[in-house]
Amino acid sequence: MLEIECPFCGSRDEREFVYGGPAGPRRPDDPEGVSDTGWVDRLIVPENPLGPVLEHWWHLRGCGEWVTIRRDTQTHETNEARREQCR
Amino acid sequence: MQRYSIFSLARHALAGHRNWQRAWRSPPLKEKYEVIIVGAGGHGLATAYYLAKNHGVTDVAVLERGWLGGGNVARNTVTVRSNYLRDESIPFYVKSVKLFEGLTRELNFNLMYSKRGMVDIVQTYPKLRNLRRRMLAMDIFGSTYKPMTVSEIRRRIPALTGGGTDSRLPIIAGMLHPDAAVSRHDAVAWGYARAADGRGVSIHEHTEVKSLRRGSDGAINGVETSRGEVAAEKVALAVSGHTTTLTETAGLRLPLRTFNLTAFVSEPVKPVINMIVNCPDLGVYLSQSDKGELIVGGAPDPGQSFRRDIKQTVFEDSVCAMLELFPAFKRLKLLRQWGGHLDFAHDASPIMSTTDVPGLFVSAGWWGGYKAIPAGGLTLAHLVATGEPHPLMAPFTLNRFRNLEFISETGTTAVF
Repeated sequence: MLEIECPFCGSRDEREFVYGGPAGPRRPDDPEGVSDTGWVDRLIVPENPLGPVLEHWWHLRGCGEWVTIRRDTQTHETNEARREQCR
Repeated sequence: MQRYSIFSLARHALAGHRNWQRAWRSPPLKEKYEVIIVGAGGHGLATAYYLAKNHGVTDVAVLERGWLGGGNVARNTVTVRSNYLRDESIPFYVKSVKLFEGLTRELNFNLMYSKRGMVDIVQTYPKLRNLRRRMLAMDIFGSTYKPMTVSEIRRRIPALTGGGTDSRLPIIAGMLHPDAAVSRHDAVAWGYARAADGRGVSIHEHTEVKSLRRGSDGAINGVETSRGEVAAEKVALAVSGHTTTLTETAGLRLPLRTFNLTAFVSEPVKPVINMIVNCPDLGVYLSQSDKGELIVGGAPDPGQSFRRDIKQTVFEDSVCAMLELFPAFKRLKLLRQWGGHLDFAHDASPIMSTTDVPGLFVSAGWWGGYKAIPAGGLTLAHLVATGEPHPLMAPFTLNRFRNLEFISETGTTAVF
């Protein structure tokens, strides 16, 4: 079970949240400058580390805030929760 | 290879069971092989077997980090079926089911294959439309789906007392997939291992591949293992969740993410369900093993994960879903749980392919890879031996991502 740090409500049980998918990579500042192959790669080739991933969670059964957390894929350790800037 | 039969059993019984041969050898690790297969799970061992049998390639090493058959081939719910949606997928799985049906005889190893059929319990109209569409597509390619009425479902599965007209999601229909079967997972791994070993393949357990080695021309020239370097010009990966971990050591990124998919079993009880029951709307499926345990599985944990335990939330969701349809199972004690690493491709279909690294082959992205073991091994062996994709797996190469020719499958169960 994860404990997710909501910036608004504090540390809350995972059951209050809905998984919102991986966060990032950031869209390029110059979309025209990315080749077709580059676009395909950035859209479908994700990071798959034995370690931390950045992901969105939605505090649906709570305050409704979207948060971004860094979670370890081997230990489930979460840290660096922050409020989602834009989505 | 010592053949097993009723006569050999009788002969060994009279001799006090002292003269049984080991099912496979433990040969010394050579410095060079023609082909290295990483991962002695179902797909790795099947590939080795078909390389030797169909293509005469016997200078093959299968390297395994743990023990033989201790990975995902032991971490599934042993269901074999072919009720897929896409034109590319159905023939592949139909072939796999056909191969499974003759496998006990072919491998001379009892897989305890039990063709008991699967019923999908439908509780929403969108799912019913989806399954009807599947039925028509499957009909074209020789797989079978038959509509079932609610009363027929309740007659076939008397334990299914939930889902009545006053429930949250009343059962509205069912689909019967008579081709579905269960088999003994250990026997699949052991049977392929023994048959491959009998044809000269060497299997090395406790030999962890730490990284892939590339030559100056960029092609693969071997692997770095916990027991030293081993050279080969062809390396095939069949390591499920850790595919990207290994390919990244050769500088290759793949469209795969790793998830945790789990299942659990109850205490053994007398025969209560004689089919595989799948509830796609609730996200749970179950069958009863020959030992009497109920084997229950649900949806994967949603975030990327390299863990093999079960999360309390995932576990509770599966149990609650099961109890909605089978309230009497509330009194069952659950005995044990297991989880596996599931590598999941962008379009949820498998990847069997050559890669940008010459000599490196991957078999990955198996979501429900157990049922695909024979066909996956057959077609990957064809690719490794000839360099050309087998017609059945040609749509499943990595090129489909470059060309945006996705084969979007959704699982039959999960709500992904």
